Amino acid sequence: MYKYDHYDQQMVDTRVAEFRDQAKRRLEGKLTEEQFKPLRLMNGLYLQLHAYMLRVAMPYGTLDARQMRALADIAERYDRGYGHFTTRQNIQYNWIKLEECADLLADLAKVEMHAIQTSGNCIRNISADHFAGAAADEVTDPRPYAELLRHWSSFHPEFSALPRKFKIAVIASDRDRAAMRLHDIGIQIVERDGALGAAFHVGGGMGRTPMIAPCIRDFVPLDQFVTYAEACLRVYNRYGRRDNKYKARIKILVHELGAEEYTRQVEEEFAHLLTLGIEPPAAELERIAAQFLEQLPESAELALDDTDPDFALWVSRNTQPHKQRGYISAVVSLKPVGGIPGDASAEQMRLMADLAERHGTGELRVTHTQNIVIPHVRQAELHALWTALEAAGLGAANIDTVEDIIACPGLDYCSLANARSIPVAQKISERFAASGKTAALGELKLKISGCINACGHHHAGHIGILGVDRKGVENYQLLLGGSEAEDVSLGKITGPGFDEAGIVDAVETAADVYLRERSDGERFLDTYRRIGMEPFKEALYG
Amino acid sequence: MRILTGNDLRSGAVVWWTGTYWSLHVEDAVDVTGEEDRVIGREEAARRVNAAYAIDAEIADGTPRPAHIKDRIRALGPTVRPDLTLKPADPAAGSWVI
Amino acid sequence: MSLLRFRTDEPADHPGITVDAFLEQSNSDAVRVEPGDDARALIPHLGRLRLIEVNFPVFGDGRGYSSARILREAGYEGELRAVGDVLVDQLAFLRRCGFDAFDPDQPLDPADAETALARWEEIYQPAADGRTPIWAKRHGAAA
Repeated sequence: MYKYDHYDQQMVDTRVAEFRDQAKRRLEGKLTEEQFKPLRLMNGLYLQLHAYMLRVAMPYGTLDARQMRALADIAERYDRGYGHFTTRQNIQYNWIKLEECADLLADLAKVEMHAIQTSGNCIRNISADHFAGAAADEVTDPRPYAELLRHWSSFHPEFSALPRKFKIAVIASDRDRAAMRLHDIGIQIVERDGALGAAFHVGGGMGRTPMIAPCIRDFVPLDQFVTYAEACLRVYNRYGRRDNKYKARIKILVHELGAEEYTRQVEEEFAHLLTLGIEPPAAELERIAAQFLEQLPESAELALDDTDPDFALWVSRNTQPHKQRGYISAVVSLKPVGGIPGDASAEQMRLMADLAERHGTGELRVTHTQNIVIPHVRQAELHALWTALEAAGLGAANIDTVEDIIACPGLDYCSLANARSIPVAQKISERFAASGKTAALGELKLKISGCINACGHHHAGHIGILGVDRKGVENYQLLLGGSEAEDVSLGKITGPGFDEAGIVDAVETAADVYLRERSDGERFLDTYRRIGMEPFKEALYG
Repeated sequence: MRILTGNDLRSGAVVWWTGTYWSLHVEDAVDVTGEEDRVIGREEAARRVNAAYAIDAEIADGTPRPAHIKDRIRALGPTVRPDLTLKPADPAAGSWVI
Repeated sequence: MSLLRFRTDEPADHPGITVDAFLEQSNSDAVRVEPGDDARALIPHLGRLRLIEVNFPVFGDGRGYSSARILREAGYEGELRAVGDVLVDQLAFLRRCGFDAFDPDQPLDPADAETALARWEEIYQPAADGRTPIWAKRHGAAA
C-alpha cells in the first residue's frame, strides 16, 4: 500500500503544527468559536452531543496493522477505549479533549495518518471499493487514482470554502461496493479498447434530497482525469447555491442546471484548464500505483473444509473471491447480535491487526458497511483466522444479511440526530437472530439513519429506517426498495411512522411479506421491485 | 424553568450552569429565566463555556429534567453504553432519559 | 495592520467600482468583484486595470478564490486584493490563488499573518502562484 515520502510526511506534520496553533489561539481567546469552527472542522473535529468528536481519515478505507494498532492506542490514551467505524470508511472517536487534540494528531502523523478534511465544506476523504486490489472482478486497482486525487484535493487552495461538503468515491469494477453513484463525484475506472479511463458521475448524494448521479462523461483519459475533476469542482464552487445550506450540495446544481448544461460548463472549463498544465505526469501515477502492487507468493488453492457447518456458513457469507489463486478476502463483522454497529474496542482493533499480519499481508480495510476486511488471506489459513475471530466474539457470519445493519451514531452521540439509531439496530438484529429467519431472508440490506442527513444511508437500504422527531418523541419511518450497489435506487417511504417497538415489528412484517411472495432466487429487493409497495403497505397498515 | 447547558471549552464535557459555576451534573442546574442571554454572553466571553444554549426543563423528583430527550441524553450519556454514563451503577438512569 | 501588500508598485489610492459600473463606463482602473460576479467578464479589459478588489462578505463564501485564479490564469498582473471578512487562517490559500494584497475588515495580527504565510513550504497542486508542486519535484523539476 501507499507509503508517505518525506513530502507527504511534511504536509501532515505541517497541518498538525497549524492545528496546534489554531487550537491554542482558540483557547487563548484570539479566535471566536464562530471563527474556529470551520478551522477545526477542516481537521475533523466536531463538537458533538457529549464532547468533541474526532474523525480520522482512512484514505479509501485502507490501513495496515501498525496503523490499526495506533488507532487502538489512541482509543485508550485519548478516548474511552473504543472507536466507531463509519459509512465513509473512517473512524470516529467520541470523547476527545480540545487541549489534547494536537497531541493525538501528532501521534497519528507518526503512522502516516491524519484527520485532514474529514469535515467542513471541502473535498472529504476519498472512498473506494473495500476489496480494491484483491477483487477478482476489477479492471485495475482503483486506489492509485484515489490516492492521486487525495494529493490533489489536500489543501486545495481554491476549494477550501465550497458551498458544502464534497465526497468522491472511486471504483474499478461493474460491481459497485462503494455506493459510487450516491457521491458528489463517483468515478468508475473502465477499460475501453485496451486503455483505461475514468467515467465521471456527478451530483449524487443522500441527505434530505437523495439523488443518483448521472454519468456526465463515460471516458476521461487517465492523463487528464485530475484536470477534469478540477473543472467539475470549479463550476460547482462558482455556481453552487450558497443561499440555502440545504440546497448547496452539487446534486442541486446539477439538478437545477440539468446534467447537460452542467456538463457543457464543465467541458468548457476543462478545455481551459487543459492549457494550464495542472495534471500530474504519468510518472507520478506510476510511482503511486507501484506501491499498491501486491507481490503475493504462491499459495495452495484448497477446497474449503465444509465439515464444520458454522465455518462453512461464515465462509459463504463473510468472504470474497480473490484475484489470485490460493487467496481469499475475509470480512470481519462488527455487527454481533445486539451489538453497536461499527464500534470496536482497542483490544478488538489489536486482534484484527494481529490476525491481518498472521494470515494475510498485514493490510486491513474499512467497509462503508462498517465492517473490517482482511484482504489477501491464504486459503489454507482461513479456518485458523475464523477460529481466532470466533474466540474473540468477532465471528458473526452475517455479512449482507438483515443482521449486518448500517446505523449512524444517532441521538446517542450526534447533536444533529432526531432519534436514536443504535437501539433500533440492536433490537432488530436480536429479533431476527432469535426468530431464525436471517438465513431464509438471504441478502437483505438494512440501513438506519437517526435524521434526514442520512449518514446511515437509509435511502439506499433494501429496507431503510429514518428516525424523526415527532413532538419530542422518537419516531421511525420505514423505506423499501433502495440500493447503493450497481442496481442503485432510492427507497420509498411506506407510510406513517412507528415508535421504537413498532418499527422492529414493521421490519419483520415487511420481511414476512417477502418470504411469502418471493419467487425462486429472488432477493428481498427483487421481490419488492416485482410486486411493488402495495402488498407491503397492506401488511403494515391494512 | 429555563436552564443553561454547554460544553467545557478545553475538555468538551457537557456542563450545566449552577448560578456560580458550570457543573457536570444536571441536578445542579438552576433556573435562569430572563437571564439566559446575559449569562451565556458573559460566560462564553470569559471562555468558561463553549456553545452554550438555554433549554426548557421541569423539576421532577426534586431535580431539573430537560424537556427534550436530546438534552436528557446529554445529561446522562449514551443510552447504549450505560458504562460510559455519569451513573453507570444506576439501572434507573435509562428510564429517566426515555 | 490594515493593508498587507506584496507588491512594490504604488497602491491605487481609490477603491474599485462595481463590475457592472466598470463594464458600462470603463475609464476606471480599479474594480471590485463581488462573490456573484463573473470574473471572466473582466478579461477583455485586464490590460488597463491596476487594482481588482475581490470581496469576501463572509469568510465561508469561497467564490472569490475561483475569481482570483481565473483572473491570474487570464494573465492579469495588476494588484489583486482580498477585502472583507478575510481572516489570518485563509491567507495561505488566498495567496496561492493569486492575491497579492489583503485589506481585511478586522486588522490582522502581523505576527500571526507572517506565521500563516510562511507555514506551507510545500504544495500538492499547482495554482496561481507559480509554485512548484510536490509531484513536479518528485519527478525532477527544480524547486
